[in-house]
Amino acid sequence: MTMHTLTVAELSKGLKNKEFSSVELTEHLLARINQSDLNAFITVTDDLALAQARAADEKIAGGSAGILTGIPYAHKDIFCTTGVKTSAGSKILDPFISPYDATVSHKLNSADMVMLGKANMDEFAMGSSNEKSYYGPVKNPWDKNKVPGGSSGGSAAAVAGRLSPFATGTDTGGSIRQPASLCGITGIKPTYGRVSRYGMIAYASSLDQAGPLTQTAEDAALVLNVMSGFDDKDSTSVDRSVPDYTKDLNNSIEGLKIGLPKEFFSDGLDGGVAETVMAAVKEFEAMGASVQEISLPNSAHAIPTYYIVAPCECSSNLSRLDGVRYGYRCEDPKDLEDLYLRSRSEGFGAEVKRRIMIGAYALSAGYYDAYYLKAQKVRHLISEDFKKAFQDVDVIMGPVSPTTAFDLGSFTDSVSMYLADIYTLSLNLAGLPGMSIPAGFSNNMPVGLQLIGNYWSEEMLLNAAHQFQGQTDWHAQMPEGV
Amino acid sequence: MSLSEQQVKEIAYLARLSIDDSEVEQTTAELNNILGLMADLAKIDTEGVSPMAHPLNMSQRLREDEVSEIDQSEAFQAIAPQTGQSHFLVPTVIE
Amino acid sequence: MQRTNFKVKPIGMRRCLRECSMEWETVIGLEIHSQLKTKSKIFSGASTAFGAIPNSQACAVDLGLPGVLPVLNKEAVVMAIRFGLAVGAKVNKRSIFDRKNYFYPDLPKGYQISQFELPVVGEGEIEITTKDGKTKKIGITRAHLEEDAGKSIHDLYDDYTAIDLNRAGTPLLEIVSDPDMSNAKEAVAYAKKIHALVQYIGICDGNMQEGSFRCDANVSIRKKGTEKLGTRAELKNINSFKFLEKAINLEVERQQDILEEGGSVVQETRLYDSVKNETRSMRSKEEANDYRYFPDPDLLPVEVDDELLQQIRSNLPELPTEKKQRFVSELGLSGYDAEVLTSQKSVADYFEAMLVEGADSKLSANWVMGELSAVLNKNQMEIDDCPVSAQAFAELVMRIADDTISGKIAKDVFKAMWQGEGSAGEIIDSKGLKQMTDSGAIEGIIDEIIANNAPQVEQYRGGNTKLLGFFVGQVMKATQGKANPKQVNQLLNEKLS
Repeated sequence: MTMHTLTVAELSKGLKNKEFSSVELTEHLLARINQSDLNAFITVTDDLALAQARAADEKIAGGSAGILTGIPYAHKDIFCTTGVKTSAGSKILDPFISPYDATVSHKLNSADMVMLGKANMDEFAMGSSNEKSYYGPVKNPWDKNKVPGGSSGGSAAAVAGRLSPFATGTDTGGSIRQPASLCGITGIKPTYGRVSRYGMIAYASSLDQAGPLTQTAEDAALVLNVMSGFDDKDSTSVDRSVPDYTKDLNNSIEGLKIGLPKEFFSDGLDGGVAETVMAAVKEFEAMGASVQEISLPNSAHAIPTYYIVAPCECSSNLSRLDGVRYGYRCEDPKDLEDLYLRSRSEGFGAEVKRRIMIGAYALSAGYYDAYYLKAQKVRHLISEDFKKAFQDVDVIMGPVSPTTAFDLGSFTDSVSMYLADIYTLSLNLAGLPGMSIPAGFSNNMPVGLQLIGNYWSEEMLLNAAHQFQGQTDWHAQMPEGV
Repeated sequence: MSLSEQQVKEIAYLARLSIDDSEVEQTTAELNNILGLMADLAKIDTEGVSPMAHPLNMSQRLREDEVSEIDQSEAFQAIAPQTGQSHFLVPTVIE
Repeated sequence: MQRTNFKVKPIGMRRCLRECSMEWETVIGLEIHSQLKTKSKIFSGASTAFGAIPNSQACAVDLGLPGVLPVLNKEAVVMAIRFGLAVGAKVNKRSIFDRKNYFYPDLPKGYQISQFELPVVGEGEIEITTKDGKTKKIGITRAHLEEDAGKSIHDLYDDYTAIDLNRAGTPLLEIVSDPDMSNAKEAVAYAKKIHALVQYIGICDGNMQEGSFRCDANVSIRKKGTEKLGTRAELKNINSFKFLEKAINLEVERQQDILEEGGSVVQETRLYDSVKNETRSMRSKEEANDYRYFPDPDLLPVEVDDELLQQIRSNLPELPTEKKQRFVSELGLSGYDAEVLTSQKSVADYFEAMLVEGADSKLSANWVMGELSAVLNKNQMEIDDCPVSAQAFAELVMRIADDTISGKIAKDVFKAMWQGEGSAGEIIDSKGLKQMTDSGAIEGIIDEIIANNAPQVEQYRGGNTKLLGFFVGQVMKATQGKANPKQVNQLLNEKLS
C-alpha cells in the first residue's frame, strides 16, 4: 500500500475517484504511526480521526466534498483542539484538555479534514531540534540518530516519514523552514497576519505565524488556502482577501529576479550545503530567472535582536501558566508563592526557563532601553534592509540552515544552537513570507533552499517553488524504508 | 552586561521560577552566555530609528460593544486544578 | 487651691502645638478607577453585568487560556474620550496598550493590559467648590484605559482563597489627578465632582458599593513653603466619600507623627480599615514588583480619527458646569441652588422634568432641595427611587403656586403622595384641603374670633403685637388650616388695627 507516499493533491483526486476511502487512508496512516519510532506524535487521536474520516466519506459519497475533504494531517500540538490534549510540548500543559478550538483547527475541521494526532514539538516552540520536548526528542526519518529540526520537528518528521501527507507548523524564528530543510520537505511561513493566531499558543506574539509542511509546493498552496484568512478574534490578523494560491503555480518564472544575500554565503555555512544551494539556484537560472548579489547588512544583528524580542514577549505570554486555572499544579502547595514557584519550576523545561528569565531581565527597570527598545530599533533596520533589497529583486534565496541535520544531543549549550538560526530569524522580525523547499543532499542528508518574498507575495513564492519542483525531483525523495 | 548570582535569583523570582543554590551557578553562566550575544547590540547606530513593535503598519481594530459569549463555566472549571462553589481555589492569600 | 492632675496625652499636646505652629502642608493626589458601563468587556465579548453567578461571565479570553487574544471594545474608547472632552483634556489620537506584569491569582494572564506611556486622554482640569464656597482648579494628569482584575474572596473557605473572574476584563478608566489637593475636604470635593461627572456623561454608574467607582489617595506632607514633595503613601480600599475623608486625615496625622519624631515616611500602600478606622501597611511582595511595562504585542496602536472625535463631541450631553450656568442665567436660580441641583444628573433631570410640566423654577428648586431631599435622606433613598415622580411633584408645586393650597398644607399632601395615596389633585380633593381664599368667608371667621376673644383683642390693640400669632392660630384652627395665610394676615391686620 503506497497511499502514504501520495501528495495531498493526489490523495484528493484518489478520494474523489473512489480509488480508496478516507477511512482506509486514515487506518493505513494510523497503523504506520502506531508502529513508528520517530516519536513524531504526542497524542494520536485514532477514534476522532476515524470518526472524521467516516463523516468525510459520507460527504464524498454525497457529492458535497471539497478539495481537502477526508485528507489526514498531523496538527502541531501548539494549536488548541477541543476535547484533545494540547500540550505545546510541555509538562505544564500536559493535563490541559483544551475547551476550545484554535481558528486554524476550526478551519481544518470545516474543510472536513482528518486529524491523525497532535505533533511533537520543542516546548512552547522554543528550539531548533525538537530535543526540548517534555515528550522526548523526535527523530529525523532520514537518519534516526539525527534531529529533525525544530520547533515543528514532529510535524516535519511526520511528513518526511510519510506518516501524514501534510502537517501544520508554526514559525517564529524558522520553526517551519528549518525542520522542512532538515527533513527534505516543503514548508511555508506566510506573511505575518495572514493566518489567525487565535488558539495558537503564543511564544512571541509579534513573530509567530502558522503554516503548512507538505511534500510539495502545490500541496502547500492547497492547505494555505484553507488556513489563511481574516479572523476578528485576532487583532493582528489582516483583513485581506485570500487568493487561490494554486492559481499561479504554473506561471512561467522567466524574468524572475533572484537576489542572493552575500551575508548568507560567508563563514559558518557548510561547504556541502552551499554547493547544493547554489546548484538549486542554477536551476532557476535555467528556467529564465536572473541572479544578482544583494546585501542585507544587518543580518548578523538578527540573532541578538531575536533573542531579546522573543524572550521578552514570551516571558510575559507564559505568565498565565501559573497552576491556578488549568494545566499542571504542583502537589500540596503550602501557600500561593509555593504554588507559583513549584508549578512553574516543575512544569517548564530548562530552555523555556532560560528564555523567560532573559525576557524578564531585558524588560526590567533600567534595562528596557538598552535591550528591548534597542532590539526593536534594530528590527526596524533589518526590515529596511529587505525593503531596499526588494526594490531590486523579486525573491531572495539562500540556505535555511548552515548545516544539514546534526546528531541528537550534539549541542550542549543554547547559544551555539541559536547561532544556527542566522538565516531564518530576520524574516520573522520583518514579518515577511518565506519557504523552504528540498534542494538536494549533502552527506546523504537533505538540504533546503530558502525563498524569501516581499509582503503578501506567497503566490510568487509558491509559483517559483512549484516550477523548481517541476524541473527537479528532490521533493519526491523519501527516506529508506518508508 | 554580566549578571551576578544574586541578580539571577531576583530575576527568577520576578518570573516566579525557583532556582535552588545548587543550580544558580550554572544558570548564571548560561544566562550570561546568552547575554554575551547581545553585547554587540549597543554598538549598532540606531540614531533616529523608531522602534518596530509590529511588522504590520496597522492600527487597532475596534469591536462593537456586544455580548457575544455564553456561559461556559462548567467546561472551563472541569479542567481546573481545584474549584469549589464555582470558584477557582488557591491556598489562602493574606492581604 | 486645689491641685489638679493634668493628664495631658503627649499626642494631644503635639497636635495642639502643631495646629498652632501650622508648619506642615498636605499634598494629595487621587487615582480614581471608574468602571465603564459597556455591555461587554474591554477585550472580550463576555457580559459585564453585575451580580452574576461566579465565573459565569468569564470567557476563554478573560480566563487567559493558552492561545486567546484580546480585541478592543470600541465603546470603551468612546467613553474614555467622552471623559477627556468633558474635562477639557487633550485626547491622544494615537494611544498604546501596554502590559503591566505581576502575579496575583485574580489576574489571569499574569499581566494587566493597561496604558503606560501613551494614554488615550492627556492633561485636563476640573473646578471644585468646597463647602465654604471657595473654588479651586484641580489638574488631571491623564486618564487611561485598562482592564479590571477578578475578585479574590478570602472568607468562603478556611484554607483557600476563592477566585471569581467575572469582573476580570471589565473596562476601567483610571483618572489620575495632579497632586493639587491640600486637604481631605478638597479631595472629597474633587472625588464627588468626578463621581457626578462620569454619571453625567453616562460612562459609569458611580455605584461605590458595587465597586464601579474606586478612589485611591496618594498622600504626602512637607514643610510649608518647600517645593519638594514628601514621600507619599497610597491609601486603598476606600469605598465611600466619608471614609475617603477619614482615611486621608488619619494618614496626614500618621505622617506628621513620624516626621516630628524624626523618622521618615516609607513609600508604601496602606489599606484603610473602616471598622477599626485605621490604615495598615500592605507591604506584600507585590510592592517590590518591577512591572516591566512594554507595548502589548497582541494589540496595535489605537488611532482615533477626526470623524469619530467629532461624533463623540457632538453626542456629549450638557455638562454640569454648563447646566449650572444655564440654571443661573435662564432660570434665575442662585449660584448655590444651581450648584446643588446640578451636582447629580438624576437630581437635575428630575428638576428639569418638573419644569417641563410647567412648575415654577424657584419654587421647584426650594421644594426639591427642601422637603424632597429631606425625606429621601431620611429613607436613605436616591432620587431615582423616589415614589413620587417628577411630574407628580410638579403638580404639587403648581397647586401651591396657584394658591390652591398653602405651603404648609402642601407638606401634608406630599406626605400622603409619598404613601401612595394618589396625585396631589386627588388628595386635595378627597381630603378637602383646598385653601380657603374667599375673603368674605375668612372675614366672617375673623369677625367671629375677634368677637369671642375680646381680652386678647384689647391686649393686641394695647401694643402686644405678638398676639397676632394667636389670632392666626385661631383662624387656622377654625378653618382646619385651610385659610390662605397671606389673606389671613392681611385681613387680621386690617380688622385688629
